[in-house]
Amino acid sequence: MAAAPSPADVAAPGSFTTIIGLEVHVQLQTATKLFCGCPTTFGAPPNTQVCPTCLGLPGSLPVMNRHAFDLAVRAALALDCTIAPFTKWDRKNYFYPDLPKGYQISQFDLPFSSDGFLEVVDPKGAFSRRVGIIRVHLEEDAGKSMHDEAAGTADSRIDLNRAGTPLCEIVTQPDLRSPQEARAWLNELKLLLVYLGVSDCNMQEGSLRVDANVNLHIPRPDGSVAKTPIVEIKNMNSFRSVERALAYEAARQWEEWQATGRELGSAPKQTRGWDDPAGVTRGQRHKEESSDYRYFPEPDLVPVRVSADDLARARAAMGVPPAGLRRMLAERWGISAYDADVLVNQGRELVAYFEELAGLVGEGKVASNWMQQDVLRTLNERGGTIDAFPVRPAALADIIGRIAAGDFDTSRGREIFAEVLASGRTVADVVASLGIAAVDDDALDALCRELVAANPKIVADVQGGKEQAAAGLIGQAKKKNPNVNPGKVRAKCLEIIRGL
Amino acid sequence: MSSASPSLSRQDVAKVALLSRLALSERELDHLTGELSKIVGFVSQLADVDTSAVEPLAHPLDAQNVFRDDVVTPSLARESVLRSAPRHDGESFLVPAVLGETGAA
Amino acid sequence: MPPDPLQLSAVELVHAVRSGDLTAVACTEAFLARIERTNGVLNAFLAVDREGALARAAEIDARRRSGKPLGPLAGLPVGVKDALCTADLPTTCASKMLAGYRPPYDAEVVARLRHADAVIVGKTNMDEFAMGGSNENSAFGPVANPWDTSRAPGGSSGGSAACVAADMAPVAIGSDTGGSIRQPAGLCGITGLKPTYGRVSRRGLVAFASSLDQIGPMARSAADCALVLEAIAGHDPGDSTSLRDEVPSYTRALDKPLTGLRIGRVPEHFAAGLDPEVARGVDEAFAVFRQLGATVHDVRLPHAHHGIPTYYLIAPCEASSNLARYDGAHYGHRAEPGKGHRAEPTNGHRADSGKERDGAAAFESPLVEMYCRSRAEGFGPEVKRRIMLGTYALSAGYYDAYYAKALRVRRLIRQDYLDAFQTVDLIGGPVSATAAFPLGEKTGDPLAMYLVDMYTVTANLAGIGGISFPCGFTAGGLPIGFQLQGPALAESLLLNATDRFQSLTDWHRRRPPLAV
Repeated sequence: MAAAPSPADVAAPGSFTTIIGLEVHVQLQTATKLFCGCPTTFGAPPNTQVCPTCLGLPGSLPVMNRHAFDLAVRAALALDCTIAPFTKWDRKNYFYPDLPKGYQISQFDLPFSSDGFLEVVDPKGAFSRRVGIIRVHLEEDAGKSMHDEAAGTADSRIDLNRAGTPLCEIVTQPDLRSPQEARAWLNELKLLLVYLGVSDCNMQEGSLRVDANVNLHIPRPDGSVAKTPIVEIKNMNSFRSVERALAYEAARQWEEWQATGRELGSAPKQTRGWDDPAGVTRGQRHKEESSDYRYFPEPDLVPVRVSADDLARARAAMGVPPAGLRRMLAERWGISAYDADVLVNQGRELVAYFEELAGLVGEGKVASNWMQQDVLRTLNERGGTIDAFPVRPAALADIIGRIAAGDFDTSRGREIFAEVLASGRTVADVVASLGIAAVDDDALDALCRELVAANPKIVADVQGGKEQAAAGLIGQAKKKNPNVNPGKVRAKCLEIIRGL
Repeated sequence: MSSASPSLSRQDVAKVALLSRLALSERELDHLTGELSKIVGFVSQLADVDTSAVEPLAHPLDAQNVFRDDVVTPSLARESVLRSAPRHDGESFLVPAVLGETGAA
Repeated sequence: MPPDPLQLSAVELVHAVRSGDLTAVACTEAFLARIERTNGVLNAFLAVDREGALARAAEIDARRRSGKPLGPLAGLPVGVKDALCTADLPTTCASKMLAGYRPPYDAEVVARLRHADAVIVGKTNMDEFAMGGSNENSAFGPVANPWDTSRAPGGSSGGSAACVAADMAPVAIGSDTGGSIRQPAGLCGITGLKPTYGRVSRRGLVAFASSLDQIGPMARSAADCALVLEAIAGHDPGDSTSLRDEVPSYTRALDKPLTGLRIGRVPEHFAAGLDPEVARGVDEAFAVFRQLGATVHDVRLPHAHHGIPTYYLIAPCEASSNLARYDGAHYGHRAEPGKGHRAEPTNGHRADSGKERDGAAAFESPLVEMYCRSRAEGFGPEVKRRIMLGTYALSAGYYDAYYAKALRVRRLIRQDYLDAFQTVDLIGGPVSATAAFPLGEKTGDPLAMYLVDMYTVTANLAGIGGISFPCGFTAGGLPIGFQLQGPALAESLLLNATDRFQSLTDWHRRRPPLAV
């Protein structure tokens, strides 16, 4: 299944290749939990979004949220996974205070989907990586345990609001080859899931969590490859942390290997936690018996069969994923792959804005330039979403159209854009209030004749063959009337001088 | 199935007790080692049943695809949630410190 | 003069209340008085809700007086097994673990009983977490059999069976995971129905083994069971395993003649181990069915004798997981820190041998200590045994040999029934190998106790329904039970056949000579 390694994947002697696989948990964007009707709203006071089912009270039973299952299928389809025609749920048994039933309802041997991939292409061409997806399954989240060490109390506090929240677990093949790739791939995954409405992927609120498995492949002089023990890294709370933690861990493993020569298989898989402020990974306690989860089929739920019709419906409802959208934008509007990437990475709403703008302007490249240089920059400065952006596509198209018609130049256009943005007035309004009326031909003619008469030196230079000297006339014209179009002034002045 | 030894050692039983989160006295441990060995020996008679062509049946129902709509239903009032808690602070359940221990992935 | 409620059937009681011949309050008071007189001897009730029951009865009477419609169980006192959640009464499952626990919600069956205007008089005793066949595993003391108080009432719904047999309530609710309705009904001389898996909602039934548990009615007759089943059966969207099939009128199908009914008789049931008195009673029951127009045919259930080992793998496996929630963290019993189990060093949790010598248990963390000690203190020996057995059978390396193997045999057992029901409509036979056994007789021998379910567990494994009713008495005056099993959703036929049997016999009308 794995393709032959590309030259970039094979480490040079004296160096190593970093082998990375990711385990991503994303919270599905549902109104309610996976097995009960409690809301999933973030930030509610502790233990106020709980019921007998998610509290695991005696006698309570789970009933599966259809929307959660549909969203999970959508995610798996977008990751090109095969959807199992028959899937069931299992109990994963372990004791922990944030797990009120003493087991987590998850999927063990028959996950609803498996064997997919998601490709990430660096727009600048630094790398291109097709990352295999081993499986995607649906499971419930645990609650939250909090321990305030500073308070020095012996107790931990347990909030079960999050218990039972629907999660998709996405497990990749160890196909990533650098911390940068891992970060880029996560960005692509997030973009995909946000595009499809599967998850908001908000890491601060815990709706996307990443664990990484990493080890090194180190070529030996004899041509064989040494593999370092696999380490699972946890507690990374941003994609930047993922990149930093992986880079740290790769360096640490390299040093450890040089010191000990220890290889894969010589020790059980180690778990290390990322300490972000310190910038290091630290070993976590391993409990031997904790891995005996005693999975067995969840008798309180019935299996799910997915028909071909169900899948067709799910595909139809899915929408175009980012990779397809990039290709489509490049083809439809003649913009570069890089530009398409920038636009698509901003999200579906921005792409819609762009497409509306490009359609009105009738020219993709100009629209794309305005999007990137003006709209995106302003959006970044101001914050907020494109949907709430005060300059709507019609207004921006109006400005771009007037520039094209020669009513004013691009820098004047930017001033108008800024004014529309600040005041919320229409383009026509702003143009009028700034006194930016098109200068009519008679006025232009009179102004140019006046300038030619007043500048004999420039006239002489032009007549002597130095046409660039006419620039001096343009500057003076703009001082006398800021609304004049420099190109027109230049053409008119040259015409008058030639006629002298 | 003949590979499964029907006799349990004291260590087996101690390990199962920890997995089960049951503190056992030495006397209980001795007692249970004997009892469980007997019971496991008894249930091991199933090894003699030919099930080579039989799929497991985890559930008597043939039902499938049971779902509910994604509609919010009322949660419990916090007082009634915490009423039965052995220890709480009015907002959260309190349990002995979980420092440094991990649950599962 | 109003009738004596204790002498009326449930059907007659409801009729009397609805017609105004008897007030619900008078009816409730009569049974409460009977409970007060007898519970000290029998220990059938763990909680009696005198005030709540009388208030409810008064409210039903008021509604009747104002001409408002009444439910199908109007004024009917019901004892509810303490495995069902009740919002206004403690729900303990007869475990120290849940002593005093009050759920914040009603089980679906409890809600349906209330909706039908039944009066819940109290919660009945049981084997702890429904694990047992004698009711001796209750943390709150055993129940005595009303026919001989030195004997066990059977279990695990022993309190429900005894309370009906002793007229403490006309009907009771039980739950049946391996025979826990049918076996105590048989040993107490009453009628008990375990419906098809999924016929009655399990929501709010404290789970023992989720793929086997089923709630059902226990009463003096099939007609009374039909009345209650009609009120509690039906689809519950809150239980994913609840059947959507429409609920027929069980009460209206009772008097259908049995002419042409084919009843299977399993020769293996009469092999060694079956008490001769019981065998005689069972055979006489077959004769009664012949008299009623039924025919009796030998059928084979080739894998039925594997029922007990299969059941004692599947049920403990599920139980080990279902009972993991009782860990002292969110509700239920929590051990006091640093107490108990200190005198005796504990297994497996020691950090080092030095501490062992002190006799102080050392756990890997205060949290693990809290878990282990809370569960050790909260659970009784049988519950611990089954949790350990289930944990062992599911643990790494053993799953295929035990749990998965049992699931395969389970399929064979179900297939036996499917095959048998190709040729017969129902299968008859004993409920238990013996009549009620003396309290304490089997408590020292878990395996002997497990065997009391040998005729009943297969119905749970197959998910089919079964009914148990009295078909005679031993020379010593103990009831003998007869069991009928039917294909999935054959409750109507089971009740119909039992009702016809009871139209020709009076075993079910006999009352224990209980001296109180």
